[in-house]
Amino acid sequence: MDTINLAKNIRIHVLKMTSKGKSSHVGSALSIADILAVLYTNINIDPKDPLHHERDRFILSKGHAGAAVYAVLAELGFFSKEVLDTHYQDGSILSGHVSHKGVPGVEFSTGSLGHGLSVATGFALAAKRRSLKFNSYALLSDGELDEGSNWEAILFAPHHNLDNLTCIVDYNKLQSLTTVKETLNIEPLKDKLLSFGWDVFDIDGHKHDHIKDALTAKATKPKFIIANTIKGKGVSFMENKVVWHYRSANEDELSKGIKELEE
Amino acid sequence: MRDAFIESLSKIAENDEDVFLITGDLGFGVLDNFAEKFPSQFLNVGVAEQNMTGMATGLALSGYKVFTYSIANFTTLRCLEQIRNDACYHNANVNVVSIGGGFGYGALGMSHHATEDLSIMRSLPNIEVIAPGDDFETKEATKHVINSCKPSYLRLERASHTHDDDLGNIFEYGKIRQIREGNDVAIFCAGGVTKVAMNAAKKLSEKNITLGVYSVHSLKAIDVETISNVFENYFGVITIEENNLIGGLGSAISEICIDNRIFPKSFKRMGLQDIYSSVVGSQEYLRDYYNLGEEDLIKNVLEILDK
Repeated sequence: MDTINLAKNIRIHVLKMTSKGKSSHVGSALSIADILAVLYTNINIDPKDPLHHERDRFILSKGHAGAAVYAVLAELGFFSKEVLDTHYQDGSILSGHVSHKGVPGVEFSTGSLGHGLSVATGFALAAKRRSLKFNSYALLSDGELDEGSNWEAILFAPHHNLDNLTCIVDYNKLQSLTTVKETLNIEPLKDKLLSFGWDVFDIDGHKHDHIKDALTAKATKPKFIIANTIKGKGVSFMENKVVWHYRSANEDELSKGIKELEE
Repeated sequence: MRDAFIESLSKIAENDEDVFLITGDLGFGVLDNFAEKFPSQFLNVGVAEQNMTGMATGLALSGYKVFTYSIANFTTLRCLEQIRNDACYHNANVNVVSIGGGFGYGALGMSHHATEDLSIMRSLPNIEVIAPGDDFETKEATKHVINSCKPSYLRLERASHTHDDDLGNIFEYGKIRQIREGNDVAIFCAGGVTKVAMNAAKKLSEKNITLGVYSVHSLKAIDVETISNVFENYFGVITIEENNLIGGLGSAISEICIDNRIFPKSFKRMGLQDIYSSVVGSQEYLRDYYNLGEEDLIKNVLEILDK
């Protein structure tokens, strides 16, 4: 399957899962569908051997968008797509915030923001010290950059030349209550990261060639990809509306949303 | 205990390249030998305990046996959520070491007094919580946590602790270790205050009062059998800890009593009365000030014995 279709399927799964489960964060999950589609088709992982010691490590640090990760893993055959129907249901293995317990392919459980990058940094350091070939990736939200712990890791990684570490920020510019700019401005983000010593790629986070080029570019430093995205991307009435951080689609909205995505 | 820990860790690291020691920019003069001898197994991450603990989890999940090292509350409370969500939830071999448990940093002030750590760490699932009472237990606990392949918390004193008259019993995780024999009152201790109990016991022996002193180094897998026997065999039992009374050793023993239908005849818990230490002084001064010194323990023993 090409990445365009994979991203489309992720979005359709996400709409259905969040609608059925009446769960939050559909906008955040739609925002990263393209990033996940390209990332998961370019990193070294194997659904038949999900714990291979030299697999690439990926952590969804913005754990609230877990539905999108479950969707891509099911699409790639880590587990049955039928499991997606249980998302957010009583007794399910698929919690709202991404969990590794009993879910093949999920590297790490998150939910509280500001954890993933440090753990990914630990993976990257382990690979360096043990001369292993794997790369380590963390996907953060933009609001998550408010967390001081991230800046500890952002200081650390270049200091230790962790060129096997990639941090992607889903820069949709909307956080929990309003815009990032109004909440706690993180600009000039690119300049900040450059001054901290990262290789920075400022891209359109919905253009698959941009994402692939940034992910596969040869690194001499830790890599930070600022993926400019649209919250709710792909469903017109969800795009750029903070309410879809909380609401889920009702039956009509679900039909409309799926129709838009399938067109 | 700090030096005993490093000595033990260094010995293990000689034959185990998976041992990894990370410090949050503390350990001046203490960690130098380890760092020189095992440069690929040592790292100073800077003053950044959240990153230290998250990163330690990543290292541990990649096969390392990781120790995070700092003083007082910096390895515990500062990065509590990283310990909970990252290390403990993922059952990673991250061993959190705090130097200066209780009032160990004395006159440095309240920020440097670890007086709630036992309660808080004890309430986290998956983690082993160990407060060694002397250097021997520290060395044994270090060996134990490396091989337990799960998170642990080691609460250590700065100073070296040895007891001349220690009974020489073995260290076994989850088992209470009796370090002095006596018949009149039993003292359960956790951590450095074991020294207080041993000194009080020596003084009381001059009055023909004998204390059984028990080091409860393991605060989670609590030794119900020994606790049950002690309450059966002694009229009076005292717990002493350099920690808030809420949730620490005394609480743990009380819970064991309630859950196991053990009805103490006379039971006294010594610890901090839900307060922060705000006066200035050495560890010994603060113990006395907060009623955790030798004389306080002796007074409580005499009260129990109605003398």
